[in-house]
Amino acid sequence: MKSKEFKQSIDRALKNANITGALSRFSEAYVVGRAKAFEGIDFEELRTRIAEIKAYAAEHFEELAETFTKHAELRGAKVFRTREPEKVREYILELAKKNGVKSIVKSKSMASEEIHLNPFLEKAGIQVKETDLGEWIIQLSGQRPSHMVLPAIHMKKEEVAEIFSKEVNERLTSDIPRLVKVARNELRNAFLEADMGISGANIAVAETGSIVIVENEGNARLVTTLPKIHVAIVGLEKLVAYLSNINPILTALSKSATGQLFTSYVSIITGQSPTPDGTLKDLHIILMDNKRSDMANDPVFKQALQCIRCASCLNVCPVFRLVGGHVFGDVYTGGIGTILTAWFNELKKSEEIQGLCIQCGRCKEVCPGKIDIPELIVEIRRRLTKEKGQSFIQKTAFKVINDRRLFHSVLRKARSLQKPFVKDGFIRHLPLFLSELSDFRSLPPIAEIPFRDKFPQIKQPDRGSKAAFYAGCLIDFAYTEIGEAVVKVLTKAGIRVIFPSGQTCCGAPARYSGAFDVAANNAIDNIKALLEEEVDYIVSACPTCTAALKHEFISTLKSQGAAEMLEDAEKVAQKTFDFSSLIKKLVDEGALSLSSDLKQQKRVTYHDSCHLKRTLHIFKEPRALLSESGIEVVEMFESDICCGMGGSYSLKFPEVSKPILHRKLKNIKDTGVDTVVMDCPGCVMQIKGGFDKEGSKIKVKHIAEILEERVES
Amino acid sequence: MKNNTLFDLFKAKAEAMNAEVHRFSNNSEALSFIIDTLKKEQIMDKSKSYAAWADCPFLEGVDKEALSREVPGLKFNITKSLAADAKIGISQMQWALAGTGTLVQNSTAIEQRLVSTLTEIHIAIINAGEILPDLSSVLSKISPDKAEFIAFITGPSRTADIERVLTIGVHGPERLIIVCVDGEGKKT
Repeated sequence: MKSKEFKQSIDRALKNANITGALSRFSEAYVVGRAKAFEGIDFEELRTRIAEIKAYAAEHFEELAETFTKHAELRGAKVFRTREPEKVREYILELAKKNGVKSIVKSKSMASEEIHLNPFLEKAGIQVKETDLGEWIIQLSGQRPSHMVLPAIHMKKEEVAEIFSKEVNERLTSDIPRLVKVARNELRNAFLEADMGISGANIAVAETGSIVIVENEGNARLVTTLPKIHVAIVGLEKLVAYLSNINPILTALSKSATGQLFTSYVSIITGQSPTPDGTLKDLHIILMDNKRSDMANDPVFKQALQCIRCASCLNVCPVFRLVGGHVFGDVYTGGIGTILTAWFNELKKSEEIQGLCIQCGRCKEVCPGKIDIPELIVEIRRRLTKEKGQSFIQKTAFKVINDRRLFHSVLRKARSLQKPFVKDGFIRHLPLFLSELSDFRSLPPIAEIPFRDKFPQIKQPDRGSKAAFYAGCLIDFAYTEIGEAVVKVLTKAGIRVIFPSGQTCCGAPARYSGAFDVAANNAIDNIKALLEEEVDYIVSACPTCTAALKHEFISTLKSQGAAEMLEDAEKVAQKTFDFSSLIKKLVDEGALSLSSDLKQQKRVTYHDSCHLKRTLHIFKEPRALLSESGIEVVEMFESDICCGMGGSYSLKFPEVSKPILHRKLKNIKDTGVDTVVMDCPGCVMQIKGGFDKEGSKIKVKHIAEILEERVES
Repeated sequence: MKNNTLFDLFKAKAEAMNAEVHRFSNNSEALSFIIDTLKKEQIMDKSKSYAAWADCPFLEGVDKEALSREVPGLKFNITKSLAADAKIGISQMQWALAGTGTLVQNSTAIEQRLVSTLTEIHIAIINAGEILPDLSSVLSKISPDKAEFIAFITGPSRTADIERVLTIGVHGPERLIIVCVDGEGKKT
């Protein structure tokens, strides 16, 4: 359950049109800009190199920190290494006091935000000025940055004008170039008069003792050039072994951050350079640990140290673009921010925010550090669950779902209870505390006869290859017609379908909420059921279930130490196909043909389901099947962005699920076609329910329902 | 003219980043362009109107005093206060990177940084022969072992921190004028 404060912060963010408007526009422009910036570059190869460089560094922090220190000190820098944030603050304060520092100019440093340096120095009577425009706005307004790269993206130009007007004592309009000039003029004297400059660093090169600073405004160049003292606060994860390592990182950073080919300025600073009065710079480099080496020692989370802080995971997140950064409640925001908060702050601090991840996997596709952010968030859930145990509701729910007989009897009861709410095949209103669930989309009613009971009546061929059908909960108990369509298409190809009755929930709901023990039991039950009879294929028409059968059974069992099951899990994985891939294979092999009868010509749009597109990498096959059936696919905008279902996500965060769904519905409507096709019954539930609520006539179909009318044996 | 393909790419990329790129076949043509620019920008001997030219190979053999007489306000003795009070800063870069439209300089000498950080307009001179393909080709040439401050400059100073609207000229120069010189031009 969400705390009241957390729910309020989400509601506030959702109501704030600035956040949703600015972030939505940016997220759309970002995708285009990023793609253009990476044109002609092999992104997979590039990010593999970055991941290797950073992973190597994380495994050799100790050695690299020593090498860095040695080389930087040879060049006259003083290097201070510490595990503790308070030691960083004290070091800087002491240095400031010793040198009579009254004013400090700062360029962007997330590490300094992480340790709340500014209030500490200000309390000691030192004036600290942020000079990055966005950071300065944030500082003047007394807020926290909402985005790692674009700290003030949640603010409107009118608000900025208001804040600047107060600062300069002059009524300013919201003319952006003018506001930027005001910042230039206001901060110019601060640069010229500051006694100390504080910067961060994007990369620290061990073999040369260099720090590399990437920026666009030119403020970091001033911060590191003008004052006599320069303090660079460098998180340990910024270390790389060699100078040549900066190439892939610099190549990816600006493109990933803002879709820029290259930033305006990159400075490589090595030791003491001359200052304006001719003396040599007093350069201090602080290598800050703050749990980074603990992270490096964690077999799972060490991967997060491959982050280059580009914030692309925020930019592509369908949830972030709705709620912005402030709901994350800490310095680091978004997907990677959730993970960093769990470590740099504490695991408990991530308890609520981890829930915001809908597990759509979009961030994983663009991460230049090749970090599996969704998987690390599941790992946070696993550890939280391990620490705290499952909630009573969770426990009860999993108990019911996993006991198929009990689940049936509960559902049958629900069926009789739902009768008053069912109309034209939809549940449109639920009473009282359940009302939020059906507030923005109608729900499918529980099927009168579950698919498993309908199955024996379907006529099968008596020879040919054999496939086990894995139905999953939604097809078994709600959308039985999808199951029937699947079997019909397969039998047309001469395949005998069996329905292993021991099959149970795929474990995805348990896994994604961190209950790995429950998910492991699901995996074991299903593996046994699916291998009971020798089959050629195992087929599922739900991508989430397919992903479980193909990938997650193995990783779940591994994490639970169930080594004895792994061989069988591999067997299941090898035989498992998602519906579209199997049908495409059968068509290509000539076992099936698709009718492209012109009389049936049709135009549809296709929605890519998250697990199908990004876990199973299937997106060409369903499109090919449709077009080979004479159906024209009209592409919608953002076809592969989540529909907001996310399994139980839409129950936990209906307020977030709803606007995500509404975007999807709009994108579908904008194509002008009357049918939307998809491969996932979960997406069918969300999108069909959404259109019903709107009273729209657009038909929502699982691809099996389309193909059943177009296959010929 | 050799090096045309690299130059064309460099020019396209630098202009895409809002830099202005001009090419001259020899130093004297480049010099007259610079002098014209100074005059056009009304460089004169008063506050906010100075031009600060940091010492560089391009100036070898150039009669600086004559230049200062021609353009009063053009100064060669760079200090922090002069740079802060100057409208234009002039310096020479070691390399240019065609792939990104980037200029690269060993900026260890403080004058080099002062004229390119504090002024409104930065005129950057580069030999056409020093245009390299990309970042990787310069990484084998630069040497942090010998240079304390290596600067990469791509276009003028920019921000998009207010409502994601690209705005040129925040803390650094708002114009970057690149003067590319062919021929024997003084090697850096």
